[in-house]
Amino acid sequence: MDTVVDMAKAIKIQAKDVNVFYGEKQALNNVSIDIEDRSVTAFIGPSGCGKSTFLRCFNRMNDVIPSCRVKGSIMMGDVDVNSPQTDPVLLRARIGMVFQKPNPFPKTIFENVAYGPRIHGLAQSKTELDDMVEDSLKKAGLWGEVADRLADQATGLSGGQQQRLCIARAIAVGPDVLLMDEPCSALDPIATSVIEELISELQQRFTILIVTHSMQQAARVSQKTAYFHLGTLVEYGDTKDVFTLPKNEQTEAYISGKIG
Amino acid sequence: MNNPIEMIQPDAKTQARFEKIAQGLKKRHAASRRLKTYGIMAIVTAISFLAILLTTIISNGYTAIQQTELQIALTIPAEKLQNDDGTIDPVKARNFNWNGLIKKAFRAEFSDVTAMLDQRALGEILSKNAGYDLRRQIEAKGSIPVGEIKLWIKTSDDVDMLMKGRLDRNLDESQRRLSDQQIGWIDSLVADDRIRLVFNDTFFTAADSREPESAGVLGATVGSAMALFVTVLLALPLAVMTAVYLEYFAPPGRVTDFIEVNINNLAAVPSIVFGLLGLAVFLGFFGMPRSAPLVGGMVLALMTLPTIIIATRASIRAVPTSIRDAALGLGASRMQAAIDHILPLAAPGILTGTIIGIAQALGETAPLIMIGMVAFIVDVPATLTDPATALPVQIYIWSDSAERAFYERSSLAIMVLLTFLITMNISAVLLRRKFEKKW
Ligand SMILES: Nc1ncnc2c1ncn2[C@@H]1O[C@H](COP(=O)(O)OP(=O)(O)O)[C@@H](O)[C@H]1O
Ligand SMILES: [Mg+2]
Repeated sequence: MDTVVDMAKAIKIQAKDVNVFYGEKQALNNVSIDIEDRSVTAFIGPSGCGKSTFLRCFNRMNDVIPSCRVKGSIMMGDVDVNSPQTDPVLLRARIGMVFQKPNPFPKTIFENVAYGPRIHGLAQSKTELDDMVEDSLKKAGLWGEVADRLADQATGLSGGQQQRLCIARAIAVGPDVLLMDEPCSALDPIATSVIEELISELQQRFTILIVTHSMQQAARVSQKTAYFHLGTLVEYGDTKDVFTLPKNEQTEAYISGKIG
Repeated sequence: MNNPIEMIQPDAKTQARFEKIAQGLKKRHAASRRLKTYGIMAIVTAISFLAILLTTIISNGYTAIQQTELQIALTIPAEKLQNDDGTIDPVKARNFNWNGLIKKAFRAEFSDVTAMLDQRALGEILSKNAGYDLRRQIEAKGSIPVGEIKLWIKTSDDVDMLMKGRLDRNLDESQRRLSDQQIGWIDSLVADDRIRLVFNDTFFTAADSREPESAGVLGATVGSAMALFVTVLLALPLAVMTAVYLEYFAPPGRVTDFIEVNINNLAAVPSIVFGLLGLAVFLGFFGMPRSAPLVGGMVLALMTLPTIIIATRASIRAVPTSIRDAALGLGASRMQAAIDHILPLAAPGILTGTIIGIAQALGETAPLIMIGMVAFIVDVPATLTDPATALPVQIYIWSDSAERAFYERSSLAIMVLLTFLITMNISAVLLRRKFEKKW
């Protein structure tokens, strides 16, 4: 019994009745979910089912899309994400994001990581900034590869290195939640496994939400899995349960490769 | 080893289809060859027109790079110009009849010419500004040469044209601007080696003048430079801010659409309309000075704005949205994303758009005429509110003049204008390359 209590973690984010519209078209339908603290939650489902849309709700990146409207409540602690009083800038400093395609700034490796701390005024001195950059790169498992070429262009790195740089860049701001939208879809299998290991490590410190189209990946890195279908959350539970004993037949069909 | 291998042949139906395609193929290849030929013909035509244009301009204008001078021996009466202490008295220098002095010295060499009309004809060989030039020379020197000196003095533009072969001696006397008698004098001077062609530095150091030999392009060049300076200063920040606002902040809706449509329309408005606007608003309403490069620059800025706005928006849009998302995802404000990441990446495109706009503005004549930059101005402007003219306007004024000598100067001024344009374009390309390397 003790072990069960230990395993149940605190709730970090609670989404309730989230509806998202692109113009007239509804992309998400009454999605409610509790995200556990310091765990990896995977969003899976067929293409176009609204996984990315949902992920972008957490840091209000949907604000950028003019036609997009988000209804419902997302609470992170006592922060009401969707409240007009919540400043998206502050929110995004607390919730980092890693995108599908590695998107480093066309600047130096150092500048990429230093940008976040710089705009938020996190470092008081150059040495403090240097330390932050080093620390973030270490956490992202990239330090060993780039320590002696921080002044090189970030665009010269390999795809996998670029993606880890993007993770370091997000970590540097000091968020406690990381959103990852198919972070490995543009990478080769070796780079993918490096990032997967990294995700498992980062889970000690961060609450991670990851969208993936690879069920193996979801099974490998996540503790919780949410299965989406046509804009609705069909099934949500412990990853091992979802993959071994799906309650919903759609989930089962998807997992066994009948829909994709 | 080379035994032919038995291979499967396609069936008759497939064979027939291939043949049909092959037949049509000839026609298709011929069509693309024809199109290629048309393309080459078009390019050759365009290039030859350009070549004809350039040849015409150069052959009309290259002689203006030189000016005819005449050697004269004279003595300057120091006692009439100096104070007691030997310095030149500016008032005396100004009131002294320098032209008279030169003419008298010149006439003295032709003692057989006594009739009043003939003497006047003789005087017409000299530039009307010869006296003024000499006074300037003496004043610059600060001392008066003692005794008889030999001086090179500019001839009138008619003599200049004759020396450059632009005045046909075989024409009937009544048809040409120099009489037989005058040509006779000139020929005798040439025989004495007292006429020469020298580099026409006046053209590059003076402003406009009634006399072609004293007219230069510097006034107009400075006027143009000042106006363009104002144009860049106003148009570039305004256009970039407008573009950033429209791309990042403008709420989608009717108002934004309306603004967008009108910016595009503005780009198509004939430039003279901007001139009328400048005349009505800047001169009429705000009472700004006429003919001033400041106002010219403001009008040209209005004209250039839409060009730069459109170019800036296009290059902002060409920056991948993933960069914007990356910045916003880190918690950058929209302005920070724009200034730190988008604009630097869009800069080469903005630069190109600006230079295209400025090049357009540099060649613009009509709006400047409307605000009075077409006036006859003999001084090089020193401030933005001094009356000035601009290079294309100067070209227009000169090409309209009766004197053949102004016409050749007009062509040389066109060459100066083209040089400016080419320099601008080259520097744009170089700057763009430099930017692109950095990113
Ligand atoms: N910017 C947008 N404008 C309009 N519709 C969009 C936009 N982004 C996504 N959608 C639509 O919303 C639905 C969900 O998309 P998305 O969240 O990207 O799906 P997923 O990430 O699961 O593949 C899709 O039907 C898609 O067409
Ligand atoms: Mg997606």
